[in-house]
Amino acid sequence: MTRSLMSGNEAVARGAWESGVSVGVGYPGTPSTEVLENLSKYDDVNCQWAPNEKVAAEVGAGVSYGGKRALVTMKHVGLNVAADPLFTLSYIGVGGGYVLLVADDPGMHSSQNEQDSRNYAAFAKVPMLEPSDSQEMLAFTRAAFDISEQFDTPVLIRSTTRISHSKSLVEVGERRVAAPVEFKQQPGKWVMMPANARARRVDLAARLERLSAFSNECDLNRIEMRDPGLGIVCSGIVYEYVREALPEASILKIGMVNPLPEALIAEFASKVERLAVVEELDPYLTSRLKALGIKLVETGLSAIGELSPGLIARAFGAEPAELRDAINDLPPRPPLLCPGCPHRGVYWALGKLKAVVTGDIGCYTLGALPPLSAMDTCVCMGASVGMAHGLGMTGATEGRPVVGVIGDSTFAHSGITGVLDMVYNGAEGTIVILDNRTTAMTGHQGNPVSGKTLVGDPAPALDLVALCTALGVRSVRTVDPLDMTATLAALTEETERDGLSVIIAKSPCALIVRSDADPVAIDEELCTRCGVCVRLGCPAIMKLQTGQPVIDTAICVGCGQCVQVCRYNAIVTVGPACDFGGGLK
Amino acid sequence: MSEVTTVVLVGVGGQGTILAGDVIAKVAVAEGHDVKLSEVHGMAQRGGSVDTVVRFGEKVHAPIIDTGVADHLIAFEITEAARKLQYLSKTGRLVVNSRTIQPLPVLTGAVGPAQGVEAELQYEGAVFIDAEALACEAGSPRSANVVLLGAASYGLPFAEQTWRDIIAARVPPKTVEDNLRAFELGRAACAKGVCDL
Ligand SMILES: Cc1ncc(C[n+]2csc(CCOP(=O)(O)OP(=O)(O)O)c2C)c(N)n1
Ligand code: SF4
Ligand code: SF4
Repeated sequence: MTRSLMSGNEAVARGAWESGVSVGVGYPGTPSTEVLENLSKYDDVNCQWAPNEKVAAEVGAGVSYGGKRALVTMKHVGLNVAADPLFTLSYIGVGGGYVLLVADDPGMHSSQNEQDSRNYAAFAKVPMLEPSDSQEMLAFTRAAFDISEQFDTPVLIRSTTRISHSKSLVEVGERRVAAPVEFKQQPGKWVMMPANARARRVDLAARLERLSAFSNECDLNRIEMRDPGLGIVCSGIVYEYVREALPEASILKIGMVNPLPEALIAEFASKVERLAVVEELDPYLTSRLKALGIKLVETGLSAIGELSPGLIARAFGAEPAELRDAINDLPPRPPLLCPGCPHRGVYWALGKLKAVVTGDIGCYTLGALPPLSAMDTCVCMGASVGMAHGLGMTGATEGRPVVGVIGDSTFAHSGITGVLDMVYNGAEGTIVILDNRTTAMTGHQGNPVSGKTLVGDPAPALDLVALCTALGVRSVRTVDPLDMTATLAALTEETERDGLSVIIAKSPCALIVRSDADPVAIDEELCTRCGVCVRLGCPAIMKLQTGQPVIDTAICVGCGQCVQVCRYNAIVTVGPACDFGGGLK
Repeated sequence: MSEVTTVVLVGVGGQGTILAGDVIAKVAVAEGHDVKLSEVHGMAQRGGSVDTVVRFGEKVHAPIIDTGVADHLIAFEITEAARKLQYLSKTGRLVVNSRTIQPLPVLTGAVGPAQGVEAELQYEGAVFIDAEALACEAGSPRSANVVLLGAASYGLPFAEQTWRDIIAARVPPKTVEDNLRAFELGRAACAKGVCDL
């Protein structure tokens, strides 16, 4: 028996491979990204990034129609984007098995909101499995493919940050490729126009009945009887927390959260004296158990943010652990743009222009933080463009230019239609595409603009100038954001121009193309301590308490941005910093 | 659950706490324990405050912990040691890399640097290690995270050879010697630090 340490995401990849999956498709998003990156390391699986989650879900549907198994992956907000196909795929069902992994982020470690995707399962009328650790991530993925084909339905697997990004021991199995489902043209099943859909709607209801029966009998849900005095109903990572916090409690562990095992729930309720639901985020199980007429003990646990073993123990009366005294008055440590990040040049110029900036999601969202403080909105991927259009129409910014900023991956994801809308409706404004040749925030994945596939193979790189010109944008130009003068000039001209313009700020992320330039230092004789360089927010530049800025040559990458903003030519190149090998990679 | 041991590694995104946590987890597995490791990817990795939790024992359930529970807190940076101190149980062991990485609000002068933190950590029983200096001594300044692993290893119930095997398998082949030396120096410094108390 070999057991190896795997993250939840690695285990899903393994499970999909063992299930004979033929295509993996998704869009990056923490905490789901590593599933496809790991799946692509196995033989005989074609793994691809789609430009967005909706496309990914549809590619998966095509694979399934063709009779092969497909795994589709995304983060929770991605499922909002993919919801449209999902809600109708549930009517159609599948050819080859169709499994969609969605990873939620309670506590918003790396997200703009927290959503409980369990609601989607009930809403879209598809079964959902919820594993608790890496071993279950593997086993439930295999089960999900089987359920998908047995019941003719897409199947959702819900993970959370603490499952996807925790490692635990996993016993792996063998790959077993089921005979592909025969490709058949069946318009009554696959063409969802009203007459067909009405018939499928009835089939869907019958399918859910069958799945309910299955949920009561399958081993995904189980009762663990310990002390009958207290019974807990829980699912996902919360099961592990409850095991730790309340080791004596009896548990109904729910692995299939839709449809729920109603008979099993009733049985468990009859076996314990007091029954409580413990769940993270929305009261999904709580409201359903209440609707079944089951009496629950209130826990008082919050529906906001993450749970922990300690929070659960305390909700059931345990004393908190004794604590050391806190050390207070510590400076906060927000995340920041790297030394040499090309986004910095654009934000510096936008600050100079006092632009009102509708923003978007990626590393460049960090430009919203001081000292750059150069972004005024951030909602969801692609929103920068539509919001620039809407804000522009109000005239509310009183002479200050409105500029939308959007990353290359985000533009390909959902910015293009926004620009089309601006052209179509004769909008004013400027859109800056921050083309750093990668999807940086989520770990430097390839995308259609960078022209790199998921496995790093070359692909045709989207020509942003040609695209925007074809969309009908009259003024489209490219600028190097490391050239501060040119960037400021381009932004000044384009924001003064009537009509719509697009600027492509093109320079690779400092972590994908390492600069070979020498670091710089400040000549304190020439420096007037004006502080302009400090306001770039480069972590290599520190203002001493005397007011004197100094540069840490060990982390400066010599990008030259500070050199250009210094009016006194006080920042100069120094000799190469030493470079050493070694350390954990 | 006292039969589970919890190690928390804290630091600044990019310092390698995830990799170090991975080594500890693999060593624990090699020595026959059940293990869980939890890390956070994404935005915080861009220079933010990060932590990695490794737990081992006969059976480990939760991959994360609450304040007051950690048996070992290994801090790659001083301010982060102070920020995350309350994770450490009253009897837990504190190892701190005596290095400060100023966060951006301090670099820009928006807020002042932390004051007197070293003394407070000293009072809490911290063993300070100058991981960067020891890494240089070992011949490879980038091996500071391996020095800290050496320091962590001193208090953990695993055979030295297991550590060496797992580290040797993890680092670039040409740097195995330097890294094992870095591990030795970290371990020795910690042994000395504890005796000095
Ligand atoms: C619908 C949706 N899918 C995925 C994400 C996760 N996500 C956040 S930022 C980002 C990538 C941004 O890449 P890019 O626009 O190129 O900017 P960069 O990080 O390179 O600056 C992704 C995939 C999300 N927030 N929303
Ligand atoms: S990873 Fe790249 S894009 Fe992100 S902050 Fe660093 S340099 Fe900028
Ligand atoms: S050249 Fe200036 S802005 Fe660029 S990394 Fe070095 S200190 Fe930072």
